[in-house]
Amino acid sequence: MRDMTADGPMVEFRKDLFADERDDNLNEIGKPTRRQDAPGHVTGRSPFFDDHLFDGLLHLRCARSPHHHARIRRIDTSAAERMPGVVRVLTGRDVPVNLNTLLSLLDFGLDDEPLLSESKVAYMGEPVAAVIAETEAEARAAAAAVQVEWEVLPHVLDVEEAIKPGAPAVLDIYPNNKFVYHGKYDHQKLRYGDVDQALAQADHVVEGRYQMSPIEQAPMETCGAIAAPEQNDRYVCYTSTQALFFSLGTAAKVLSLPSSRLHFVGGTVGGGFGGKVDSIHEPLAILGAMLTGRPVKYAWDRAEEMQVGAPRGAERWYVTDGVMNDGRIVARKFTGYFDSGAYTRLSSYAIIKGVGHLPGPYTIPNVYADVYCVYTNRSPATAMRGFGITGVDFAIEAHMDKVAETVGMNPIELRILNAYRDGDMKAHRRLAKNCALIECAQVVAEKAGVTIAPELKSAASARDGGGPRAALPAQTATDTEGRVEGFAATSYANKSATSDAPQPPHAPPPATPARHPPPATPARHPPQAPAMTSGQRPPEGGSMPPSGGPPPAPQPPKKPARSGAMRFSSLSGFRRR
Amino acid sequence: MAKTPVNFTLNGSPRSAFAGPGQNLLDFLRREVGDLTPKFGCGQGTCGACTVTIDGATHLSCLVLAESVEGRAIGTAAGLPDGATLDPLQEAFMDHFAAQCGYCTPGMLVSARALLDANPRPSRDEVIEAISGNLCRCTGYEPIIAAILAVAEGRARA
Amino acid sequence: MTTVETYPTLAEAARAMGGDAVYLGGGTLVMRAVNEGGAAPRLLRVTDPALREIRASGDTIRLGAGVTMADVLAHRDLAFLHAVARLVGGPQVRNMATVAGNLFAAHPYGDFAAALLALGARALPEGQGSARGVEELLRDRDRAGLIAAIEVPRPRDPRAFGFRKVSRVKPKGVSVLSIAACLPRESGRIRGARVAFGAMGPTPLRAPGAERALEGQNLDAESIDRAAAAATEGLSPPTDEIATEWYRREVAGVHLRRLLTEMGAS
Repeated sequence: MRDMTADGPMVEFRKDLFADERDDNLNEIGKPTRRQDAPGHVTGRSPFFDDHLFDGLLHLRCARSPHHHARIRRIDTSAAERMPGVVRVLTGRDVPVNLNTLLSLLDFGLDDEPLLSESKVAYMGEPVAAVIAETEAEARAAAAAVQVEWEVLPHVLDVEEAIKPGAPAVLDIYPNNKFVYHGKYDHQKLRYGDVDQALAQADHVVEGRYQMSPIEQAPMETCGAIAAPEQNDRYVCYTSTQALFFSLGTAAKVLSLPSSRLHFVGGTVGGGFGGKVDSIHEPLAILGAMLTGRPVKYAWDRAEEMQVGAPRGAERWYVTDGVMNDGRIVARKFTGYFDSGAYTRLSSYAIIKGVGHLPGPYTIPNVYADVYCVYTNRSPATAMRGFGITGVDFAIEAHMDKVAETVGMNPIELRILNAYRDGDMKAHRRLAKNCALIECAQVVAEKAGVTIAPELKSAASARDGGGPRAALPAQTATDTEGRVEGFAATSYANKSATSDAPQPPHAPPPATPARHPPPATPARHPPQAPAMTSGQRPPEGGSMPPSGGPPPAPQPPKKPARSGAMRFSSLSGFRRR
Repeated sequence: MAKTPVNFTLNGSPRSAFAGPGQNLLDFLRREVGDLTPKFGCGQGTCGACTVTIDGATHLSCLVLAESVEGRAIGTAAGLPDGATLDPLQEAFMDHFAAQCGYCTPGMLVSARALLDANPRPSRDEVIEAISGNLCRCTGYEPIIAAILAVAEGRARA
Repeated sequence: MTTVETYPTLAEAARAMGGDAVYLGGGTLVMRAVNEGGAAPRLLRVTDPALREIRASGDTIRLGAGVTMADVLAHRDLAFLHAVARLVGGPQVRNMATVAGNLFAAHPYGDFAAALLALGARALPEGQGSARGVEELLRDRDRAGLIAAIEVPRPRDPRAFGFRKVSRVKPKGVSVLSIAACLPRESGRIRGARVAFGAMGPTPLRAPGAERALEGQNLDAESIDRAAAAATEGLSPPTDEIATEWYRREVAGVHLRRLLTEMGAS
């Protein structure tokens, strides 16, 4: 079936695949349907944040650091305040709670980032003052007149340089420029089986290094917000945010206001792709409206969007595979470095997501990963489509080709041989279900005219999985490398309920303590055993595979194992009920 | 600051408004005239979200000095419908999923309309050339090209 | 803050120019600077329609300074420049950007100026001064004064002129580099070779090494090889968001070879 775009790419519905598992009564799929928001879009009437006109609108622009890393000796706004059209100049002193981390709303990570920096900047373009003026041009001119005395500090722009002893400390609160996971480790661990033993027994060991650059989301509409005083002692905020309630919660925290005093209007976003979740514009625009009593717009121009807008972070991956002569991968080891830039934003979470994805869609009995969220003096990184997954998938799939070359196998065959089958145990100790890689690979081979071995051509995701392949490794090698003391370990979060300033043991305290409600102190909890060995019980009987050995040969057809939990597939009614 | 009166037509209707010194046409249309269909994307002449026509020729309104349109005819996406009847391009953009976030859409439509007015039966390459100054970031070029071609080939619903 | 002054003639604008003023032509360069807060405080514009005139006479075509890329494309006598004008921006930019403005476009813009340089075009200053070669003007363009028109010699054989623009984005993008070559031939041999590169220096620049390698030669594999090998002599490509200096140096000869091979085959 062709899609509805006459000259567009071909879309094919392969209804022969999984036909027996699907109710083929689709009423909408495959037929054109007008989107509900289409009339607004084609008439130009969809209300983006900047499409709300206010009389007396003021414009806010930030004065920014020209240095990658510097201490702020003094900020002098007097010249800026005298510039034509200037109504007010804000600095960090004006921000009620001038330290936040985005995921604090989920109690995940220490507050690390000021809205307007007062004592130090850690990336080029970091805002130190905000000028509010009658016109955008006046705000721009006055922002350039803000005088800052800088003490330039050494900077670090590479993840592996940043974690070497003696590297400049990007954030004083995280030891050695590494985020702390689970209150215990300076990296996120995955331990499944015994990778070192399996590598020693493998016929080949294949190593690779993969590097991804930061990617700017580059939405057509730049990030921005307009805030204005509203009736009933509230402030209305029109925003480009992709995460309205997230931005509302962040603004309420940073401005120390009950969220009931904030009226957020959004939902019409001129492209986001993850770049509009950082909730930077809303608090500053609202603060401006609070302090001037007038509507205030804070929007990035294109250059700011590109320079200080948080991109998809760069990632560096080292992958080591143990592979047998017949192509079965018996061990896979990762060391990953996410470049978080100067602040945490969402990189810490991206790694949790990424590690849950390892080792890719392949049944490998021994998997090991150490993944670091590293602070550098680059622009902070944040969300972008599939973040946490996209980078490492590039590394994994590039590495699969390298492995195929090493053992002299067609890369499609290598993927089918190692692919998850339904019922296989995955490295994060869940059973694989609704697998479809084998079928996808078979279609790719067919389309590309690649001949594959008959047994792989007839392989199926729903067959040959489970059984011994559902078993957890007989033994998982664990370690306490990267153990960090002094952080609370009750959850992903690092915070405890106390209210002292942070005192991580491996780093000096911040030179200037936070002025406002400071982040909670990491409580000292007794060390706990790494959680990674816990895992579930093996779901069904079956022999344990020998540690380090290849995955057992696929089993005869068998019902996929069920888990008691509500499954996404059930919710979506997609397949496998 | 001295403002300059500017008299022009907008989508066929005579209009007058005051332009600020150095104000660009995009800002002028949006804030002083109240036509919000042209969008700000870059202010650099790169993205085409602010595309309007001046005397029938497409221009980047962010790079046009507002007071320079004195006596000229401006066209925007707001002028595409005929009363309550949408332009066939607008219908085709809806039918072909040619607008995802909608931000590039008004500028894209103005470029497409200018193309079809000058060349009612363009080739695919001519369509691509005509929208080469309009960026879309939601990966929508194929549906957009298909929508424009559908109108050109008389396949769109009227 | 910005002020705008509008004059009926270029001569009046010229008298009003000064260090705090900038001439506003098509707007693609100056209005961007205004938007970004980087323009001179006084914008001077001229409404004289004569600036948009194109006059062809004999071997020379005279383009008013305000002639746009779209005007070039609409003019039959300028067919040899159509491929160049078509590669400047999208349709909106071509409806705005002027031929004289292109002479002042900072790196990596100025592809049309590279073509004018290779064609040996001359710029007519406002007032009584005589025409200056584009090459001379580009060398000192900050002090060039106002340009009234550009005189472009029409190549006797249109096949003697070739142009190539290399960008990373298709169908349109900013130049990694552009190359314009004017290689008139007499009894098969090249006489008066002019090769110019855009985006390979602060302004479009001639490539003396490539010109020397081609001068007096047939346009064959051997001369093309030598021209490609000498392509970057005298050029100083900068590193920018589009490409590094190293990359530009590496690929300049490759693209020159492709252009010359095309021209040799025609």
